[in-house]
Amino acid sequence: MWDYSDKVKEHFFNPKNAGAVVDANATGEVGSISCGDALRLTLKVDDNSEIILEAGFQTFGCGSAIASSSVLTEIIKGMTLDEALKVTNQDIADQLEGLPPEKMHCSVMGREALQAAIANYRGEEWKDDHEEGALICKCFAIDAVMIEEMVWANKLRTVEDVTNFTKAGGGCAACHEDIEAILEKVLAEKGEKFDPTAAPVEIPAKVAAVKAPLTNLQRIKKIEQVLESLRPSLMADGGDVELVEVIGNTAYVNMTGACNGCQMAAMTIAGIQQRLMEVMGEFIKVVPASEMAKLANIEVA
Amino acid sequence: MVDIYLDNNATTKVDPAVVDVMIPYFLEQYGNPSSIHKFADGVARGLKQARQQVQALIGCEHDSEIIFTSCGTESNSTAILSAIKAQPDKKEIITTVVEHPAILNLCSYLEKEGYTIHRLPVDRAGRLKLDAYQRLLSDQVAIVSVMWANNETGTIFPVAEMAEMANAAGVMFHTDAVQAVGKIPMMLQDTKIDMLSLSGHKLHAPKGIGVLYLRRGTRYRPLLRGGHQERGRRAGTENTASIVGLGKACELALAFIEYENTKVKEMRDRLEQGITGQIPHCFVTGDMYNRLPNTTDIAFEYIEGESILMLLNKAGIAASSGSACTSGSLEPSHVMRAMDIPYTAAHGTIRFSFSRYNTMAEVDKVIEAMPGIVATLRKLSPYWAGDGPVANPEQAFAPTYS
Repeated sequence: MWDYSDKVKEHFFNPKNAGAVVDANATGEVGSISCGDALRLTLKVDDNSEIILEAGFQTFGCGSAIASSSVLTEIIKGMTLDEALKVTNQDIADQLEGLPPEKMHCSVMGREALQAAIANYRGEEWKDDHEEGALICKCFAIDAVMIEEMVWANKLRTVEDVTNFTKAGGGCAACHEDIEAILEKVLAEKGEKFDPTAAPVEIPAKVAAVKAPLTNLQRIKKIEQVLESLRPSLMADGGDVELVEVIGNTAYVNMTGACNGCQMAAMTIAGIQQRLMEVMGEFIKVVPASEMAKLANIEVA
Repeated sequence: MVDIYLDNNATTKVDPAVVDVMIPYFLEQYGNPSSIHKFADGVARGLKQARQQVQALIGCEHDSEIIFTSCGTESNSTAILSAIKAQPDKKEIITTVVEHPAILNLCSYLEKEGYTIHRLPVDRAGRLKLDAYQRLLSDQVAIVSVMWANNETGTIFPVAEMAEMANAAGVMFHTDAVQAVGKIPMMLQDTKIDMLSLSGHKLHAPKGIGVLYLRRGTRYRPLLRGGHQERGRRAGTENTASIVGLGKACELALAFIEYENTKVKEMRDRLEQGITGQIPHCFVTGDMYNRLPNTTDIAFEYIEGESILMLLNKAGIAASSGSACTSGSLEPSHVMRAMDIPYTAAHGTIRFSFSRYNTMAEVDKVIEAMPGIVATLRKLSPYWAGDGPVANPEQAFAPTYS
């Protein structure tokens, strides 16, 4: 079963604003019935102020699809349409205290339903701007369509190229076989042959900045920055996190306050790890500092 | 909270009697069966007995036809790769669209290597058409691999008949019987099945132990070469405790096979009738008249399976689903798609699979819980209004994209 946060479970078991809004004047219907998640969002918008007075959802989908729909309606109620258009899928995921990588598309569906509903209210036609493929890289949540497009657009030739341009494959590396299969397929369509030893494609400056290997000091500073940014939400729950040591790509942390001994600590740590990987663009493992002692014992023994 | 386990096709509880026979092999008789000292004294005898216990359950002629492996997947891979290695000129494989990924993904890989894979389709009740199969059998086919019973619907395939047909055409026949062994009686010596895979953890033995049955005289190439274990047909130090445990589990399965096909079946039937009788817009998938006694797979229309499982789990009931979301894929179960179950139902399939540990009292609790769960989710569904589905559901709600 998925490692859902308490917040996801809360919104799934007790969804807010379920059902269609009576006298709705905006409707957005998005999703994919083949993939098993679809959502109808109905809004009642005040015509003068453009404030969203009411929001309701009807969802065919899994636990995180229903939770994403529910939290979305809570987020947008009271917002103006322009404010609501700034809501990102990451906002939805953050409000849910994170989603598993395979489930991030549920938050994307929420954002798209919102855009579709607003377009419907304004009499515009809404068009989806992306197609979703099978999830390839689970560390950075990159799907096959995204990788294929990048391979075409940037004439990528090796797994390393794909990692440099999309991050896919830059974590645990388990998806490298799948990435090679995509490269083989696209290159065959272009009449070329996949060669794992091909010279790397030059990395654009922006990507290179992210990719350049960090020194240990830079890494520690960055980790501190990320933890600092997460601190407010931990402290809101009466907890905190403290960085104890960084060895290679492993960060040892102490969960303090209410986080200490909390059954959710493991999930929080997983969330911190995901966030660190997203920001730093490299594989980071977050481990409770208590594990460090065990490591030392093993080395001594 | 009650804890009702109805996911026995996924895996089973290890029988306490199985655990009991295993423990001495961890703590006392932990010697390598190849060694000559008292720590290994009884181990070879233990393995021999286990081999005979497996032999009795599947009804094969010789105990030397039993090769212990690490799991069902290893047995499947060994069987198919052996057949193609032993017959390098034959470049075709026949299988079905509803096999387990252990077969399907291996075949897709071999397809990339240049093999032609014939995947037999099924009808809406999950049944094969044997005339189509007959036409595909030729001297180009290295092996036929067809599951004995489907893991999702429990539908039983006529493997004995299909093995006869393959044999008549001079083609090797393998069956993935991981779901069938221990649930339905079998007598392999009366069939033309050349190879069969089984897995311990589906029949109350531990995870990490499996068997490949290899009919005496079948041409064979090992997957793992090395030591002389399993007569050189599967190198690697024997998983002695698990082998002994599997032997005991097979002995128990044989003793309970009638119970499985009477009492367990009664529980399954009562659950199925209790659910389909109370809840509108749900139906049983697969071949209702020809399936495992312990399995029912019910499609609940207009709602999604993972949501159902989460609410079931909250009620202390464990089952599984063919929805895309439970596996993290983009499509619902390939078995449901193969039977042409519409998406609005395929995503809402729930499999309940029983074992001899379940009780009628548990069945009644599930029957009581299910209508509320389905109603809760239908209230959220865009395909549902009040007491029934909206008119023309597929037109009334037609979301954009993908």
